[in-house]
Amino acid sequence: MPRRAGLRDHVGLVPYLFFILFPIYFMVLTAFKTDRELYDLQAIPFWIRDGVSLEHFRHLFFKTNFPRWLANSLVVASLTMAISVAISILAAYSLARLRFPGARTFGIAVFITYLVPPTLLFLPLTQIVTWLGLIDSLGALVLTYPTFLIPFCTWLLLGYFKTVPREIEECALVDGCGRLGILFRIVIPVAVPGIVCAMLFAFTLAWNEFLYALTFTNASVTKTVTVGMAAEMIRGDVFHWGGIMAGAVAGALPVVIMYVFFMDYYVVGLTAGSVKG
Amino acid sequence: MAYPFAMAIYYSLSSSVIGRGGGFVGLANFQALLADGTFRQTLQNSIVFTTVAVTVKTVLGVMLALILYRRLRLKRLVRGLVLLPFVIPTALSTLGWLWMYDSLYSVITWTLNRVLLAPLGLGPLEVNWLGSPTLAMAAVIVVNIWRGLPFFAVTVLAGLTAIPTEFYEAAAVDGAGRWGRFWYVTYPLLRPVLAVVVLFSTIFTFADFNIVYVLTRGGPQESTHLFATLSHALAFESLQLGRGAAVSLFMFPVLVAVVVLQLHYLQREETRHA
Repeated sequence: MPRRAGLRDHVGLVPYLFFILFPIYFMVLTAFKTDRELYDLQAIPFWIRDGVSLEHFRHLFFKTNFPRWLANSLVVASLTMAISVAISILAAYSLARLRFPGARTFGIAVFITYLVPPTLLFLPLTQIVTWLGLIDSLGALVLTYPTFLIPFCTWLLLGYFKTVPREIEECALVDGCGRLGILFRIVIPVAVPGIVCAMLFAFTLAWNEFLYALTFTNASVTKTVTVGMAAEMIRGDVFHWGGIMAGAVAGALPVVIMYVFFMDYYVVGLTAGSVKG
Repeated sequence: MAYPFAMAIYYSLSSSVIGRGGGFVGLANFQALLADGTFRQTLQNSIVFTTVAVTVKTVLGVMLALILYRRLRLKRLVRGLVLLPFVIPTALSTLGWLWMYDSLYSVITWTLNRVLLAPLGLGPLEVNWLGSPTLAMAAVIVVNIWRGLPFFAVTVLAGLTAIPTEFYEAAAVDGAGRWGRFWYVTYPLLRPVLAVVVLFSTIFTFADFNIVYVLTRGGPQESTHLFATLSHALAFESLQLGRGAAVSLFMFPVLVAVVVLQLHYLQREETRHA
């Protein structure tokens, strides 16, 4: 049992929490301030003086493409999550169980692909997307996001499937169950926590993706939330900080809500890649 | 039947990507880049950015994990809050930092002037955080640390939890103090986990794009350009697609070197403990 934390530990935690939370607090605060207060250098920036205002959110939702960006992010993240997790389940199961030539090499290849950052691949992918005529469509994102989601999910699930006892499967085999039957009737039900974890991560990573979405979409109506906010709202010399912060907060809210409900899965997913590896 | 089909899809996705990447770059492009001032500046930036950010994240991450490891009040809440910067889309949270670094309304400058300098009778300072090369680099690094700290803290924490508490008890019996326990028990047992975390972080810090793109676009005077942002700027602002691709591919040998080094280190660790 670890030691009970003393006063010193709690005090030691304060600077960390301040560093981690202040930017978030400040973003939320800015989103609810009136413009008059925001640009008043006499006002104290740490709280709201003139009352909570929803003007920035109203503007964002009714006068900009923001709702469209939210919808795009939702469609892309949901679709890529479904595709990636489905493929990863099959890939991870076969890597964990079946013995075929090159299985080991393939396992290592998955790990290495997982280590290749998207920033290395975005230009060649641009070419492919252009050839396929998918530039400036959500299809481009649905096609490319799995390139980084599948290696990650496969790696995550691989560790999970290995913990499923072989004996259960052998019993099913003896009882006349096929490989796919085993996968659907035994392995998947047992590995539900791992699959939920993979789904959450796939959704979050897809929602947060920026570079591909920035590169493959140009028209405002095909942008995702991250790109819409960072590329479209930051333009010219006058920044509407209230609106920008409102968009950043609203755009982050869906994943934050998911995180609040499934926090433990995030911890598992985050540590799986490094600790098990 | 579903399985080879899935494999085929998967394989086509990953290999086609890498295959095409190798297709349009020759060595000539690399040589041209090495002679280019901006590229050399970027190389230097990347090394500074990665070294400083990863070092600070490692130190702060381990220290934070050591605190989180204890039985804290509101432990779940605290751990949940710590992970927030990881969950929030980087592009969006960086917008928050951009606002905090604003040349006129920066909350950091405001606090510096009103809380620290004014009581000392010192005049209001005007700081343009993203305006000078050194400050801009520091600003970008701070955001990267903010974004990456949760990953370090949480993975190191997982590593700490895996250390059997008997070891600490034995060390305590042998008269080890706070430092002794850390140095002779925690650190050696944590080293494999640390090596992997540092490997991950080095790769993804080195290849970072979002933070620099949103905060500085590589400026001022190319002082914060990283490989990814330079490659993006070359390809889509100067429309030199080949050059841009060469820049991004330049990351590859560097990344391979990091991976090989780390794996080598891990293997040595394993044989030493076996």
